[in-house]
Amino acid sequence: MTGTRLGSGGRIDRGQVIPFRWGDTVLQGFAGDTLASALLANGVRVVGRSFKYHRPRGIFAAGVEEPNAIVDVRIGDRHDANARASLVTLQHGIVARPIAGWPSVTRDAFAALDLLQRFLPAGFYYKTFMRPSWSRYEANIRRMAGLGRASHQPDMRQFETRNIQIDVLVVGAGPAGLAAARAAAASGRSVMLVDENPDFGGSLLWQDGTIDDRPAADWAAATTAELAAQGVTLLPATTAFGYYDHNTLGLMERRATAAPGWALDRLWCVTAGKVVLATGSLERPLVFPHNDRPGVMSAAAVLRYLRQYAVLVGRSVVITTNNDSAYATAAALRLAGAEVAVADVRTAPGQAAKDATALGVSVIPGSVVTDTGGRLGVRWADIGPADATSKKAATRRVSCSIVACSGGWTPVVHLFSQSGGKLRWDAAASAFLPGIGRQDHQLSGGMNGVTSLAECLASGHRAGIAASGATMLAAPRAEPAAVETPLQPFWFVRIPGARQWLDLQNDVTVKDVGLAARENFQSVEHLKRYTTLGMATDQGKTSNVNGIAVMAELTGRGIAETGTTTFRPPYAPVSLGGLAGSRHGLLYSPRRELPAHGEHLALGADMREYGGWMRPACYPRLDETTAAAIRREASAVRADAGLFDGSSLGKIEVCGPDAAAFLNLMYYNNVENLKPGRLRYVLLLREAGTVYDDGVIARLAADRYLLSPSSSHTAGVLAMLEQWRQTEYPAMHVAFHDVTAAWATFVVCGPRVRDIMASLAAEIDLSDAALPHMALADGHVLGVPARIARVSFTGERSYEVSVPAGYGPALWRHLLAQGPTPYGIESLSVLRAEKGYILIGTDTDGLTMPADLDMSGPLRAKKVDFVGRRSLTTPDGVRADRRQFVGLLPQDPNFVPPVGTHAVDASRKSLGWITTSAYSPTVGRSIALAMISGGRARIGDVVELFDRGRVSQAKVCAPVFHDPAGEKLHG
Amino acid sequence: MRYSGWQLLKQGLRGNAGWQPAWRTPVLQRSYDAIVVGGGGHGLAAAYYLARVHGLKRVAVLERGWIGGGNTGRNTTIVRSNYFFAESAAMYDFALRLYEGLSRELNYNIMLSQRGVLNLAHTEHDMELMTRSVNAMLLNGIDVELLDAKQVRDEVPLLNFSPSARFPIHGGFVQRRGGVARHDAVAWAYARGASDLGVDIIQNCDVTGWLREGSRIVGVETSLGRISAGVCAMSVAGHSGVMAEMAGFRLPITSYALQAMVSEPLKPILDTVVMSTATGMYVSQSDKGELVFGAGLDLYPSYAQRGNLPTGQAIVAAMLELFPAFRRLKMLRQWAGIVDVCWDYSPVIGPAPVEGLYLNCGWGTGGFKATPVGGWLLAHLMATGQHHALSAPFDLGRFTSGMLVDEAAGAGIAH
Ligand SMILES: Cc1cc2nc3c(=O)[nH]c(=O)nc-3n(C[C@H](O)[C@H](O)[C@H](O)COP(=O)(O)OP(=O)(O)OC[C@H]3O[C@@H](n4cnc5c(N)ncnc54)[C@H](O)[C@@H]3O)c2cc1C
Repeated sequence: MTGTRLGSGGRIDRGQVIPFRWGDTVLQGFAGDTLASALLANGVRVVGRSFKYHRPRGIFAAGVEEPNAIVDVRIGDRHDANARASLVTLQHGIVARPIAGWPSVTRDAFAALDLLQRFLPAGFYYKTFMRPSWSRYEANIRRMAGLGRASHQPDMRQFETRNIQIDVLVVGAGPAGLAAARAAAASGRSVMLVDENPDFGGSLLWQDGTIDDRPAADWAAATTAELAAQGVTLLPATTAFGYYDHNTLGLMERRATAAPGWALDRLWCVTAGKVVLATGSLERPLVFPHNDRPGVMSAAAVLRYLRQYAVLVGRSVVITTNNDSAYATAAALRLAGAEVAVADVRTAPGQAAKDATALGVSVIPGSVVTDTGGRLGVRWADIGPADATSKKAATRRVSCSIVACSGGWTPVVHLFSQSGGKLRWDAAASAFLPGIGRQDHQLSGGMNGVTSLAECLASGHRAGIAASGATMLAAPRAEPAAVETPLQPFWFVRIPGARQWLDLQNDVTVKDVGLAARENFQSVEHLKRYTTLGMATDQGKTSNVNGIAVMAELTGRGIAETGTTTFRPPYAPVSLGGLAGSRHGLLYSPRRELPAHGEHLALGADMREYGGWMRPACYPRLDETTAAAIRREASAVRADAGLFDGSSLGKIEVCGPDAAAFLNLMYYNNVENLKPGRLRYVLLLREAGTVYDDGVIARLAADRYLLSPSSSHTAGVLAMLEQWRQTEYPAMHVAFHDVTAAWATFVVCGPRVRDIMASLAAEIDLSDAALPHMALADGHVLGVPARIARVSFTGERSYEVSVPAGYGPALWRHLLAQGPTPYGIESLSVLRAEKGYILIGTDTDGLTMPADLDMSGPLRAKKVDFVGRRSLTTPDGVRADRRQFVGLLPQDPNFVPPVGTHAVDASRKSLGWITTSAYSPTVGRSIALAMISGGRARIGDVVELFDRGRVSQAKVCAPVFHDPAGEKLHG
Repeated sequence: MRYSGWQLLKQGLRGNAGWQPAWRTPVLQRSYDAIVVGGGGHGLAAAYYLARVHGLKRVAVLERGWIGGGNTGRNTTIVRSNYFFAESAAMYDFALRLYEGLSRELNYNIMLSQRGVLNLAHTEHDMELMTRSVNAMLLNGIDVELLDAKQVRDEVPLLNFSPSARFPIHGGFVQRRGGVARHDAVAWAYARGASDLGVDIIQNCDVTGWLREGSRIVGVETSLGRISAGVCAMSVAGHSGVMAEMAGFRLPITSYALQAMVSEPLKPILDTVVMSTATGMYVSQSDKGELVFGAGLDLYPSYAQRGNLPTGQAIVAAMLELFPAFRRLKMLRQWAGIVDVCWDYSPVIGPAPVEGLYLNCGWGTGGFKATPVGGWLLAHLMATGQHHALSAPFDLGRFTSGMLVDEAAGAGIAH
């Protein structure tokens, strides 16, 4: 007889029947069930298969530590490929199925692997599959491995993130956590209480006890209601998964419902003044031969299924334990009508055993389960002496459907350890307990080694007071604990050769630990990695301590000396979508739009992303190809007039009495002798002497400059200036302000530009005398404040008109109405290539030095130091074969060699590469810019070009193809 | 003891009681011919090649914790040789070729899986840079192919090909010989190979200082006492700066935490390694079924082997931007290692500024793939006192001469 639902009791709502699918069958449960409790209530035993040997697996635990019941769950269009059945709240529409087993979970063909188990010990794959090579085997092994089958459908629901600060964060809402929150709330500070279960109360929901003269569960409910009334933020069904520096914790809330289009998971990033850890403890299995059959369960889980879900997991139960806590399970099962035998490894189990005996439980002191049988679930258990060393020891075979076990309790120290706290082995408690911590937290209850209810309440209360300073309330009271018989450490049964499981999901047995010890994988980290102990999706919650203890015994070391592995986030698996939260799409990486974005769209611009900005590539007409549009736009600029949106060009204002001196330290060029109202083209280098950015610098006043970094480098330049000011020149009086977004900037250029400028009614003298090339002036255009600069990136006479961003669209429309051809970045790229003007990051890279660009003049002229100067004269800086910026004329004037094509020497060694290439409508042929080793000396030579095997020729020339004298700038 | 399927059969029949330690637990000697500080992959490989290639008999590896417990046991296991500069390509490809024969040479399955490494291009500009890189690599003799968007889609259909994707996919390039290898196995395999050749592997031995005779380093001060050595080397990754300071010099290295994480195990869903420069993200699926992924550094200098939450979120977000189907999956584990980043993102291999000491460091976020070559070159230096041709460009002197091997610049990253 397997699991049944009792007629009464439990925290389930028998009025609300919930049908659900399990594989091909439809079963029923109740509201208040988890998927695990509903499966047990329906007598389902086999829910999965183990990872390695495909042995049948049943539900072992009732909470987050469940190692076996990993199942596939769909609810509507939500899907979890590796759901833990004990954490899935039963709800309408659940379609669950086992993730393993072919053809079915109960008849798995791969179970044959178990017959080969002796040839597949821990780490066997390191010792074979080498010939001819691993790739011959890998595909098959990969198919065998893996748990669930992930959905290929994108999940486009939105995830929400909340970032908050709170005075006191209490993690865990069992007796200690509730008491702590209650005490802290009385202080008036902001308090948050989280628990991974949907109901607060922790063990109070299924263990006996009376608190302040009320049944414990009632006290939990009343306290929760009080906390809610006091404004405490209550987060049930929320896992505190990570404890990071500065008392920052990550919490993942699993909401029951969410607005359409929104995901249920919600991330909370909480920075807490104080943290109270009240994370309780988890029961640890007692390890015995064939302890992996369906029906072998944690004794505490058996009690929880009985009390919380009214599920009697079996009518004949053998309990094997080394401590008193399992007697509560024994008594409760007996009272529910089950036949119960307890094999207690202790020879004198004490009062708890006597009480159980009085109820009709048969207690066998000094004994343990020495074997179990039953193909798809336990049918019998052998009980033999706890010190049995052979299969022949005197045993008694008991038929039963459940073997419940308890090997003691493991405090949930995960978060404490993540926060940087050190753990210590406490032999009396037989557990790793918190040692000294690094962050501002209070520890309470089971996670700190406290066992009785009364003391949990008291320690929680104290922690709450310590975290908040409140002293108003009296601590909640419970009856003092009965005197316990101490736990007797018992790590495994000494029957050689018996298969005793430590990690149920990953199939790691005592023998595997023995093998690891023999092969010198004795460090706990080696043990974990070699055998995969504790690396399954339960992250070793039930297996780690047992594994370490076995290793300690086998190597003759103490457990303290053996040590524990590091606990890493997350405490339990958390949703990736939830973790990314709102960081998705444009909120992950915003795209910037120009002030006149809408105008460009209206013109049908081909908008593309350039360094984070959406900008027009060109404005193709109907039926016009991109290439044709670029040629048309570029030609129009040369022949008539063009209009370009340059608003994304950076604008950083630099001001202060030391502005000139500071910028002179930063920039390659001299900027101190620049006159107000004048512009200069400058380079900014990194320490290695390489060009980080170029741009035009304007002096607005003696103590005020305006920098125009490249669009995609503005943030970087600002950061670099700040870094140098803050770390190297803190005494200098200079400040920076990025005003890029404040201005809309349009470039008008071409032979007809003066007519267009005239239409602006500028209250600025635009005559060449007042505003020559490389000058700027402030004033008004069309009645609004404006700045006009004469600077050219096309080689044509050119005006940059800037107005406050809000006026941008109107100014664009006004300018457009004067008839210039709007041109985009790709057309500009052709125009500037014809002139040999570099584009940072395209023609240059992190290796380019000024001399490579034939810009060594400023170095000779500048006497003072500046960033990068030292590197310009290193042996590398003055190498003769440095790559230099040159032009290329492809031999075939109609062939445009792709950017990234290399120039090669006779032995096919790279000489450098093409950085820009285009068909030039002005020159009427293909042109290219390139960085070529010793390039300037090669002018006139023909070089071979290489692009993925295709070879062509080009002639090296100076990097300017149009108007080399620059006459059109002034034309 | 040789490992083989046959051996598994034989030992299985005998209850697996006959397996020998993978490496010996030796008695620590007070003097060695050569000492390598740091029992990561690089240190163990150096010891192995010192014994095997150079015939040194008395070699020790000193590890403060457990071997392979540093970055060797924390990395995302990607191996590739698709580097831009000829110097790097030559070195990393030498490593890849050693990897290709390593399981058989060391008789230990390091699970080299040459499933291909695919780099994504998200803009036309990315494609141009990739063309430049692919041509450079082809000219350097590296097996790479440029792919258009459709070819990428055929390789990895799960990527986000939606036109409205924040990072649309324009194409990419792939190195087919690239892939992943089992990181722990690499450390253990070298340890076993070295130990069999007589190398002493000393765990739980913290090196706390250098012994000097005049200006020359002649040994180490450790938590287990003083040990003298004919020649010393440090191969301690993120702790290189600390060890250098003990020896009285500074390195152009900054240490950062680099995070990685894995999802719960899944049936095969991703068959290649996918990387994207724009988001910094890289992901592969382990043989066990976990998605293994990472992205940028925690951007402040640190020796704490743990990552922060915001960077962790950004890493997850980067992966989900490219694989929206993975939004449904769960993270199983997150961790960090301390990586030693040089100014030019290339390693330092060569003599230290003090006599008697050699350096192998600065591998930063990418030295797992170089484990065999790092060991090979360090062994060569220690045994001969001379640079191997492959290590010469990576001498510390490049920071004085300016001859940097700037791989970030090569990849078009303005740094
Ligand atoms: C998250 C992450 C992902 C990565 N991903 C990749 C990747 O995909 N591909 C790739 O190629 N590379 C990757 N790397 C980089 C790669 O892991 C490292 O470059 C490489 O493993 C370094 O190996 P190592 O042997 O030099 O260092 P380590 O493995 O770190 O070994 C150094 C050893 O020195 C020991 N040590 C330190 N100080 C002392 C002392 N005083 N005394 C004694 N011993 C000491 C340490 O304990 C440590 O074991 C990644 C790194 C990280 C952190």
